[in-house]
Amino acid sequence: MESYLSVAVFFLIFASFYSLTTLGLNLQWGFTGLFNVGIVGFYAIGAYTSAILTGPPYPDTLIGGLGLWFPIGFIGAMVTSGVAALIVGFVTLRLREDFLAISTFGIALSIQLVTLNFESLTRGPNGMYSLPQPLSGISDSNLVDNILYLILCLAIIGAVYWAFERMVRSPWGRVLRAIREDETAAAALGKNVFAIRLQSFVVGSAVMGLAGAMQANFIGFVSPQDFLPIFTFQIFVMLIVGGSGNNLGALLGGLVVWGLWSFSEQVIGAILPASLNAEAGAVRIVLIGLILALALLFRPEGILREKRIVSREAHLS
Amino acid sequence: MMQFVADGIVSAALIALGAIGISMTYNILRFANFAQGEILTIGAYFALLLVGVMGAGIGTLGPVAFGWPLLLSILFAMVATSIVVLVVDWLLFRPLRNRNAVRITLIMAAFGLSLMGRNLVTLIAGGEPQYYAFFIPKAFELLPGIKVVPDDIAIIAIAVIAFVALFLFMTRTSMGRQMRAVSENPTLAQINGIDVRAVIRWTWIIGASLATVAGVLLAHNTQLRPEMGFDMLLPMFAALILGGASNLYGTILGALVIGLTEAIAVSLGLAGYRAAITFMVMLAVLLVRPQGLLGEKE
Repeated sequence: MESYLSVAVFFLIFASFYSLTTLGLNLQWGFTGLFNVGIVGFYAIGAYTSAILTGPPYPDTLIGGLGLWFPIGFIGAMVTSGVAALIVGFVTLRLREDFLAISTFGIALSIQLVTLNFESLTRGPNGMYSLPQPLSGISDSNLVDNILYLILCLAIIGAVYWAFERMVRSPWGRVLRAIREDETAAAALGKNVFAIRLQSFVVGSAVMGLAGAMQANFIGFVSPQDFLPIFTFQIFVMLIVGGSGNNLGALLGGLVVWGLWSFSEQVIGAILPASLNAEAGAVRIVLIGLILALALLFRPEGILREKRIVSREAHLS
Repeated sequence: MMQFVADGIVSAALIALGAIGISMTYNILRFANFAQGEILTIGAYFALLLVGVMGAGIGTLGPVAFGWPLLLSILFAMVATSIVVLVVDWLLFRPLRNRNAVRITLIMAAFGLSLMGRNLVTLIAGGEPQYYAFFIPKAFELLPGIKVVPDDIAIIAIAVIAFVALFLFMTRTSMGRQMRAVSENPTLAQINGIDVRAVIRWTWIIGASLATVAGVLLAHNTQLRPEMGFDMLLPMFAALILGGASNLYGTILGALVIGLTEAIAVSLGLAGYRAAITFMVMLAVLLVRPQGLLGEKE
């Protein structure tokens, strides 16, 4: 019984990393229409920032080993990924939408190269290990610690969800959707399209960085292998399946698709022999690609449709 | 010292061959095809299939370490890859176009296809590197200080022949003119009786065929890996954007800049950051000239 519970807690903790990242993407893509293909890059920046701030000292790195309290790691992660998004966005958000896609894709790849090659900062392929796990050692039982961490994750998600719901219902949120639907019209109404896009991009990316930090400190280890382009793709599938433009849908999509992903791992692992491990991974990726293709073709609005939000003052017949 | 020029031109030729397909889908189907890398990969593996079936190696042609067997395999792979790409268009992109899906939906579908394609290749052909044939490249000194392998010259020659053929096709044939018309103004082209479906078919066929040539030559020069095409995606996109996305000749010029930048980065000992440096060069050019080198202002 207890083993089932600990598997469930473990599953939900990971689902919360994905759901939180999907929530960040929903602000960018779901509400503002910014096609960020560099999600994994911002996630990695957050993870590495927290690793440097909270991790133990390593003999071969220039900085790091600061051993700070984990909330400082989390906040630092939001700051660095937000600043990275500010720089990237400043250069690319004036460009056409597909140029943004290509540019963010390039940024994520560049960040991956930095994590691999800039060894005096990131320890390269060796990764950074022994990161402190927040709330670990509070009780004698590992399970109780994990449950506490899950509660912390859910509290963070709840706070971000609450903030995002308020933001998208505010006048600022209406401008986001106006930009998504018709950029020229929004500009003609005197809205500073570039500035508002940049704000949405930075806030969304900071949340992705926070999720990355939460993962890094939970696993206690970061390496370039943890941040591959497939992650970006998973997050997009989660958002499309859950319902782009709906914050609850984003959270739900993270849970559902992560569930399918983990479930398929069990099923395929049970069918295929262990020697075909690499093939099993490939089958799963093909499956998730099929889910996306079918969702785009047959239910492009996702599980939860976007809610129609209008101003209280507007009277629609 | 000037060695990087020779190396850069060879990789520019491969980048340009692959990027022309992206440029054509971008201008005629109007979306950035993130699955272009996998078209290179599939093309290279189709050629491997025929090389294996024929069992005659890849031949030689004078000092060049490949001959008719490989060239024949390229032709086979061009046809096979074009068929795959047309089937994918029919299954996925056409239904999306028919319901007027936004451009980003098409990009996302391509993004998914790219991942699926890479993993299908791993499933079918295996993830380990493979080779068409083993050969020992015999470099000779072309100019003082510049060493080249005969195969590199053959690669550049094939690329130039392909570009000339493309140029003649686009300017001298009726289909080429129709393609340019659709790329300028799809609605007007349709009103004038141009069969847009045929144009779209030819767009895929030409893009996939040139990408196949790029994939096979790249694999001959290095090795076949399921990620080989994906690793080319960023240089290809960079070439496209740098040159001015609406201009085919700009794409070739962009590929030259990217190829030379990569070669300089490698010669400076920054091979690990090659893709990142290329990308930064592209961003820097875009900051100064958002429409690219040869592009027109929108």
